[in-house]
Amino acid sequence: MVNLSDLFARNGSACRPWPRVSVNEAEWSALCAELAAGRLTLSALFGDSATVHMALLDEATGRLALASLPCPAGAFPSVARHHPPAARLERTIRDLFGLTPVGAPDDRPWLDHARWGVRAPLGAASPDAGAGAAYTVLPVEGEGVHQIPVGPVHAGIIEPGHFRFSAYGETVVRLEERLGYVHKGTEGLMAGRTPEEAARIAGRHSGDATVAYALAFCRAVEAARGVAIPERAHALRGLMAELERLANHLGDIGAICNDAAFALMLAHCGVLRERVLRASARAFGHRLMMDRVVPGGVAQDITAEAITGVKAMVAEVRRAFPALVRLYDETASLQDRTVGTGFTKPEYVRQFGAGGFVGRASGRPFDARRALPYPPYDRLPFEVPVRTDGDVNARVWVRIREVEESLGLIIRLLDTLPKGDILVPVPAGGGEGVALVESFRGDVFAFVALAADGRVRRAHLRDPSWFQWPLLETAIEGNIVADFPLCNKSFNCSYSGVDL
Amino acid sequence: MRKLLLQGLLKAPLTEKGPDDAAVEALARELDAAARARLGRSLSIREVDAGSCNGCELEIHALGNAFYDLDRFGIRFVASPRHADVLLVTGPVAKNMAEALKRTYDATPSPKWVVAAGDCAINGGLFAGSYAVTDGAAAVIPVDLKIPGCPPTPVDLLTGLLALLRAGKA
Ligand code: SF4
Repeated sequence: MVNLSDLFARNGSACRPWPRVSVNEAEWSALCAELAAGRLTLSALFGDSATVHMALLDEATGRLALASLPCPAGAFPSVARHHPPAARLERTIRDLFGLTPVGAPDDRPWLDHARWGVRAPLGAASPDAGAGAAYTVLPVEGEGVHQIPVGPVHAGIIEPGHFRFSAYGETVVRLEERLGYVHKGTEGLMAGRTPEEAARIAGRHSGDATVAYALAFCRAVEAARGVAIPERAHALRGLMAELERLANHLGDIGAICNDAAFALMLAHCGVLRERVLRASARAFGHRLMMDRVVPGGVAQDITAEAITGVKAMVAEVRRAFPALVRLYDETASLQDRTVGTGFTKPEYVRQFGAGGFVGRASGRPFDARRALPYPPYDRLPFEVPVRTDGDVNARVWVRIREVEESLGLIIRLLDTLPKGDILVPVPAGGGEGVALVESFRGDVFAFVALAADGRVRRAHLRDPSWFQWPLLETAIEGNIVADFPLCNKSFNCSYSGVDL
Repeated sequence: MRKLLLQGLLKAPLTEKGPDDAAVEALARELDAAARARLGRSLSIREVDAGSCNGCELEIHALGNAFYDLDRFGIRFVASPRHADVLLVTGPVAKNMAEALKRTYDATPSPKWVVAAGDCAINGGLFAGSYAVTDGAAAVIPVDLKIPGCPPTPVDLLTGLLALLRAGKA
């Protein structure tokens, strides 16, 4: 048996604050068995030049470690063969780096739609016609089963993806997702940049979680360089992260209700969301606070006037929100749509290590702010709401409770704002760093390797949606096609975040 | 619920004044003569995310909230390109989305206008130069109006769309 302690015991890792150790094939396979047995959680799996890395989380002790397997022959033992959550990550490694997962249960491409004009762009790149290729969806057999293809362009203002429903009458018997439409080559763009430039790109993996992404990336850079940032910067980062969580949760609660044909909630939540964005803009000069978290601290300090503005916003949300929660709770027609719909099994959530409201609505209490505490959360009290009913309604309630928590955190952060600097220089130089940060939709993992000249050699950011999208496929089973938008909205997975 | 609805009726509306005329005029002038054909008094918009980070979508959504209330200008988002006068494109146009964007354009009845919203759609933004993107909507379909920003704010978007309406009426 191999466990994390064995990995920790091996010295010489240049990676901080969690170690990264080289393993051989036998150890790699032994770690896969640990994942399959549920003793470890897969946090990330990503490629590099002739190496694959896997980040493993021990939830019981709140520790993380990276195992790296050199693959000189361009192949590695498949993780997905033992542990299904690895499947899409592995297909991505093959598409981007050309490394083959041996024994993989699914050898179809994932992000590569044969449109780039190049194969394995981040590895042994070779030219490709770029003319596109047919994709085989999994077969569904049985009399009376019909298929409904949807997307990539959907009816609403929403990111693109393709959904293939196999339905028996109105009942969905299988949903298969095909994503990758918004692949932008983000990781390739980050390589070779300075940490400052790369942080801007990091913050655009998924625009709705831009603060969390920039934070994860910057924390990894600071860990790699051993830089301690000022207390005030920590507090301002926390403030931005909570403002982002608040805005997104308010938007989601309104949008989910809207998809259940209850537009009144959308109207009211839309107003509150706009108030949060305006307060954020006044405080940090950008409504979504893009490019405000930078390596070494934050780019902009908050003024006394802006603090008053944020506090007024919190007061306003506290005044208006309880009535909306009551409205949600007391409207039978709304509950009729959300209760019991899109049930997500607790065992799947555990197996996939699904975080955010998807995990916490199905009994997995994981929250990176609590499990692997980082500043400013290590000094702040807050609740992590958990439910076990696992349906659309539960995911709404987790958000409702988190709105209340974020409001409290924001006030607390403002009332205890340390004085002093907001930014320190990050000295150029090499190193490796890891970070795990809680975005509004779950934990964002970051790995950064800096070359000796201080530029990014390799950066990988893993969106929480990697482990949530597959569960959406299971949540819709047995529901009716018409409930898909509602289920989908309650998951609110990022497309851009996983398409990279 | 009745109480909430009543409050909504009794309180002053949140809707704000539209963007100032000078800004709208300036953008309207930028529009190509072809766009000056008549759009009538309303615009139907089909939004296409062609590889955005989703930041632009958030602000496009915000256009519908009570502060901006896009509907009052006769501008609305529609579900099908076949019902649209305008395609509002975001993202650097991922190569994986280029065909879908082109097909959406072809499915939109003429006369039609294309608005590139956000730096990505204008020139690829921070994603320019990647093997996976085309560096802007104009590489795939003709673009009539550009609304810069990362993302453009709702006011920026509103200003641009009003400019399109005004150009249409001229
Ligand atoms: S312009 Fe900015 S916000 Fe819009 S899609 Fe591009 S990176 Fe995202």
